[in-house]
Amino acid sequence: MKSQRSLEIGTGLFVLLGFAALFFLTTQLPGSGLSLGEQAGYSVTAKFDNVGDLKVGSPVSMAGVRIGRVEAIRFDPTDYRAVVSLKVESSFDRIPDDSDASIQTQGLLGGKYVGIGPGGSETFLKQGSQIEFTQSAIVLESLVNKFFANFASKDAGTDTAKAE
Amino acid sequence: MIGASLGRIGAVVLFLLRVLGQCLPALAKPRAVIHQIYNAGARSLIIIMLCGLFVGMVLGLQGFDLLQRFGSEDALGVAAALGFLKELGPVVTALLFAGRAGTALTSEIGLMRATDQLTAMEMMAVDPLRHVIAPRFLGGVIAMPLLVAIFDIVGLFGAQLIGVQLMAVDPGAFWSQMQAAVELDDVYEGIVKSICFGFACSLIAVYEGYHAPPTAQGVGLATTRTVVVSSVLVLLIDYMLTAAFLGR
Repeated sequence: MKSQRSLEIGTGLFVLLGFAALFFLTTQLPGSGLSLGEQAGYSVTAKFDNVGDLKVGSPVSMAGVRIGRVEAIRFDPTDYRAVVSLKVESSFDRIPDDSDASIQTQGLLGGKYVGIGPGGSETFLKQGSQIEFTQSAIVLESLVNKFFANFASKDAGTDTAKAE
Repeated sequence: MIGASLGRIGAVVLFLLRVLGQCLPALAKPRAVIHQIYNAGARSLIIIMLCGLFVGMVLGLQGFDLLQRFGSEDALGVAAALGFLKELGPVVTALLFAGRAGTALTSEIGLMRATDQLTAMEMMAVDPLRHVIAPRFLGGVIAMPLLVAIFDIVGLFGAQLIGVQLMAVDPGAFWSQMQAAVELDDVYEGIVKSICFGFACSLIAVYEGYHAPPTAQGVGLATTRTVVVSSVLVLLIDYMLTAAFLGR
């Protein structure tokens, strides 16, 4: 009877563990929802014309050092821009309030992150303040298009010169 | 040679149909099935978790080394999650399952055959297919997807351990890119694969045990054949399922 009981407990534990794992795989892995552990800090917002594929949880860095993460990305229907709220760790509390934010890419294929460039102001960013100077994500396709358009027109120019 | 192979395939399919016919009556007595879930699942848990951890850690190292060359080590989370969900989880778990639970099933049933226990049941008009084979088959089929899910989780933890803790991949990028890239279809692919593998491994194990020659050598050979046939079958089914899923 004792062994029967421990067998049932073992089976129950195994099945429970298995279903918990299945639940995690189906609900937490796709899409958002996994919390990374809240860190103390203050949030500031910045408006961008285009955030590219910036994601919630992406790093916010200054001079290459991570100082926080992207907390939320919303869309502002009044001026058709993206509002990104950045959670900056409280130890980095001396960032000038005229600093600029730009969306940059890690490596060639890496994800996007928000880079902060320091300004020269004597007052600092605090909870709820907005970063005024922003630069959007560089969309690689438009850059390549621009480059090839330039190239093609130059090429056409030399061709006609030769023909003459 | 060809005739013998065809005959074996036919025998396995006929055996499968007979077992499937006995599955519902066997489910009416869940205690035996629970016992077999314990044997096949709970007792494989340690080896599954241990192997998952190390496979994940290796994937973390190798993936980091490879992705670093392209400057995109942040994609490690994506690589690990998709690798585990779609391929490594189901296949490695099925191979381990064949070695750990499949062999135990085969030798147990083979010994029952060799010591005339199955014949005795038949003499008493107790159908061994219903009372011995079907619960073991069902236990394996039910245990496999759960084992695969646990293997995936532990593996991801291992990859995270190496990637984030040791190699300093940014945890935010690791998880956020993973969540952005993994879709529910990827998870379903893994679940479908694990169910199919559980089906195949359990079937081969009980078939080989049930038809083992009633000698010490026969049971030994049947156990070996379980591992070989299950492994080949798992890899074969894996290719077909992968092609089917990619072709959609």
